[in-house]
Amino acid sequence: MARSYQQRRRRIAWILVAPALLLLALAAGWPLVRTFFFSFTNAMLDNPSEYQMVGLANYYATHDGDSSGVLVDPLWWQAVGNTLWFTVVSVGIELFLGMLLALLMNQNFRGQGLVRTAILVPWAIPTIVSAKMWGWMFHDQYGVVNDLLEKIFGYQAHLAWIAEPSLSMWAVVIADVWKTTPFMALMLLAALQLIPNDLYEAARVDGASAWQRFKRITLPLIMPAMIVALIFRVMDAMRIFDLIFVLTSNSEATMSISGYAREQIISYQDMGMGSAASVLVFMMVAGIAACFIRVSRLNEKEKR
Amino acid sequence: MKTTRRQRKFAHNLVIYGGATCAVLFCVFPFYYAILTSLRTGQELFLPAYFPSGYHWSNYVTALVANGIARSLLNSVLVATITVGICLLVSITASFALARVQFRGRKFLLFTILCVSMFPQVAVLTGMFELVRFLGLYDSLGALVLSYTTFSLPFTVWVLTTFMKSIPVELEEAAIVDGAKTWTIIRRVFAPILAPALVTTGLLAFIGAWNEFMFALTFIISSDKRTVPVAISMFSGASTFELPWGSIMAASVMVTLPIIVLVLIFQKRIVSGLTSGAIKG
Repeated sequence: MARSYQQRRRRIAWILVAPALLLLALAAGWPLVRTFFFSFTNAMLDNPSEYQMVGLANYYATHDGDSSGVLVDPLWWQAVGNTLWFTVVSVGIELFLGMLLALLMNQNFRGQGLVRTAILVPWAIPTIVSAKMWGWMFHDQYGVVNDLLEKIFGYQAHLAWIAEPSLSMWAVVIADVWKTTPFMALMLLAALQLIPNDLYEAARVDGASAWQRFKRITLPLIMPAMIVALIFRVMDAMRIFDLIFVLTSNSEATMSISGYAREQIISYQDMGMGSAASVLVFMMVAGIAACFIRVSRLNEKEKR
Repeated sequence: MKTTRRQRKFAHNLVIYGGATCAVLFCVFPFYYAILTSLRTGQELFLPAYFPSGYHWSNYVTALVANGIARSLLNSVLVATITVGICLLVSITASFALARVQFRGRKFLLFTILCVSMFPQVAVLTGMFELVRFLGLYDSLGALVLSYTTFSLPFTVWVLTTFMKSIPVELEEAAIVDGAKTWTIIRRVFAPILAPALVTTGLLAFIGAWNEFMFALTFIISSDKRTVPVAISMFSGASTFELPWGSIMAASVMVTLPIIVLVLIFQKRIVSGLTSGAIKG
């Protein structure tokens, strides 16, 4: 009797999971499979039903000494460089500022609630809106950023934040840091609040300095949460598209790998090339995710 | 030089309040500046100023009527609401099974679901394009509901599963002893306890759908079916060289205010929802 009850329960469990699985398989799994498939064809967007298999030509091919494909397109490699640079710099700054913010919010002081509310504002603002807002603030002639630079530092060069290739990536980074540091701070704060206070007290009695307390107590204890937050942020930064598309109009100096793939698909209507680029984006993101999971597993093993 | 305790305490406070002020200013200033800009017209717009100089609502009227933001707001509300409804319905049953029943393949399923949540959207773009056309959903809001539901499902399932695991088994056992069926247990026992969690995940899914850009940009062509982010990105003025910054900012403020109000009301819940997956998972 008990056994058959368990069996029935298991059967019901599968029925309960089925709708979610079906939806995921239909609208995430199947499109992914098709994207892989299209990357080996020469399909065009306006008529995707007529295509020929072209093997790996979308990735790499040589005709009479000329090579073609995503892997020899300099713009692709520029996009890869942009994306990696953006990911490392913005996530690095976010981690640093997020940590400072989390440590600050973990203190008891008057007006604490105000800070916690204020940092939710950037998080709640849609990315497109923040892109437009920063686009306006970075305006070369009427922008408030240049105005502040002039008023505070007396720096009068009207910087073309958006148009100047060497500055535009920084504009993207600043806008992204503004929007996503709160998320990082909240994640780290949640971990900080789980640390029992007596640990710090014991350390203080032993005469440990503030830096030692941070390095020896805080950092190791929030490490697991920090790694999770880093995974989320790196994955997000690697697939960035909307901010760049609106803030700098997907210019070559800032184009991300997602932006590159979408441009191939939509602007050039080239489903084959675009799918090949999409597959490469997928592989890069999956590869980095796998690395992270391996690192956090190793971390756990060391602890045991 | 030795510092006295009072001096140290003063320095400590200085650092904390200085840091707090900087943080608040940095976070709020861009939005404040957007509101300022949205209330200005004409030449005034092009002189950076830090305090309101007048209240011109004409930008709001232009954005709502002439630029069709009113229509886009309606579309966004529609898409986000339906997405959240379907998403919660599907994920509450799935997460009950994943959290409460020991069956083979459970761990694998959870892992797969987590992986899907990390998919880059562009990786499914061509495949999704084909699917949307096949289903006859191209250039309709249905395409967005389908893609948003799929992409927020992993997150809602994941968070609800963590919540369900924390509910004591005794509650469920008592219901089973009383002869309740599985569906009744979900509906009468779990749903009420889960109400706060449902509000949180629903809200986060809503915000996700409200903010999504790539699918909305790709699958919608007609201007009267655009969602808010796309409508704002396509804002254009009289000439291509002169962007109507006043009405862009008015539109930005209008689409952001509902979200900010929601977030401020449910502040605590949202923070716990955002972090629960990370800490426990």
